[in-house]
Amino acid sequence: MARKIRKPAVRKQGASSRARPQRRVVVLVATRKGAWLYHGNAARKTWRADGPHFLGHVISQVVLDPRDGRTLLAAAKTGHLGPTVFRSTDLGRTWKEAAHPPAFAKAPDGDQGRAVDHTFWLTPAHASEPNVWYAGTSPQGLFRSEDGGVSWKPFSSINDDPQYRKWMGTVQDGTPDGPKLHSIIIDPRNPRHLYFAMSGGGVHESVDGGKTWVPRLKGLDVVEGFDRADATVHDPHCIRMCPSNPDRLYQQNHCGIYRLDRPSDTWERIGKSMPKRVGDIGFPMVVHPRDADTAWVFPMNGTTVWPRTSPEGMPAVYATRNGGKTWQRLDAGLPAKQAWWTVKRQAMTGDAANPVGLYFGTTSGELWMSRDEGRRWACIARHLPEIYAVETAELT
Amino acid sequence: MKVIVPSALRSYTERSETEASGATLAAALVDLESQYPGIRFRMIDEQDRIRRHIRIFVNGEQVRDLSQPLNATDEVIIVQALSGG
Repeated sequence: MARKIRKPAVRKQGASSRARPQRRVVVLVATRKGAWLYHGNAARKTWRADGPHFLGHVISQVVLDPRDGRTLLAAAKTGHLGPTVFRSTDLGRTWKEAAHPPAFAKAPDGDQGRAVDHTFWLTPAHASEPNVWYAGTSPQGLFRSEDGGVSWKPFSSINDDPQYRKWMGTVQDGTPDGPKLHSIIIDPRNPRHLYFAMSGGGVHESVDGGKTWVPRLKGLDVVEGFDRADATVHDPHCIRMCPSNPDRLYQQNHCGIYRLDRPSDTWERIGKSMPKRVGDIGFPMVVHPRDADTAWVFPMNGTTVWPRTSPEGMPAVYATRNGGKTWQRLDAGLPAKQAWWTVKRQAMTGDAANPVGLYFGTTSGELWMSRDEGRRWACIARHLPEIYAVETAELT
Repeated sequence: MKVIVPSALRSYTERSETEASGATLAAALVDLESQYPGIRFRMIDEQDRIRRHIRIFVNGEQVRDLSQPLNATDEVIIVQALSGG
């Protein structure tokens, strides 16, 4: 059921923007109770809601395949039913279920074995590998599909490796709704160069397509009293690689904001230059599509019992334009007080337009966007279910 | 045998009641899967365990073991157990 949502113009559309190709942004919103697609007009001023899709399903993420511009994958489960992946090749008009969704290998007799509770993260593979996708699950597991998401195979180099299993811990060692394997990143220069992160278990890199992996933990802080050499106690929240410089990665971690410039293997804590009263704790991390010095975060209160709400009830995005040396508060249009928002690790993203559009969804079901890289914000939608993930894609 | 299907699984069967055959519950579930691809994994995990919020009754008695023998005249009821919020 589609309906139009119109917001007042943030600023007048200039002649130069009218001359741009008629590309349109679609925002893919995954929630605890279904998925919605928001189709923007060319100026990203008005948004048409398409949804709900899968009403009542827990949708962890919806991702459009940038290699064909029309295939959508949705990671789904329900309160009762096991996890699956739905696939659409017509932008969500029809959906078909995966024949073999991500599932761990059958354990030998006598072993309890693990079962996927939900697929959490979906990443299309390299441009040279059409139909290849990666998936991260909870409990933590890595999977790959070579047929566009129809069937999925486990990476035994992670899922069954004794060292990695030890680093993962048990299902009780992770985030409240289960430990996640997330932030699966493919180097655009090399399809065999991969990274992933685990909500409990650190950051890992492979240069051989996933046959072998190396932890990348140097420079990362951990909770006081723990051994930073132990991957188990590392809690990366979200990692992004800069499209304009794949040697640069940014990370929002349980213990701060970091930047890594390869070939160095040491993360630098760039969140120390954030205002002290705000801190550098949060979940999402967003990078600029064309400027590797620019990134955005959504800080949350990480003190005392870890409230994970906007500090002092005053939500704001913070941007750096110089690789983390300094940060700028961006809150124009956002509530000035009494807004205790939480934004999950997958629930903030950017588009590829110029200027970049930024988008985030709250656990209280509000979808916000900025058409000018965060200078001014407007609410696209309210009253949605708890938002788990926000992705964008460009349609031509 | 008759199989009663809960509302959560009717996107597969498109009906509340269907038929399956098999000498055990495991075999009947394999038969259901062949008729309705995908339905088994939503109920049974990859370690062959009945999922946490699924219950299966045979002639009114809850069954926890997939090796449970079945007769053609048995009635299997699949229930979505409480899982709210």
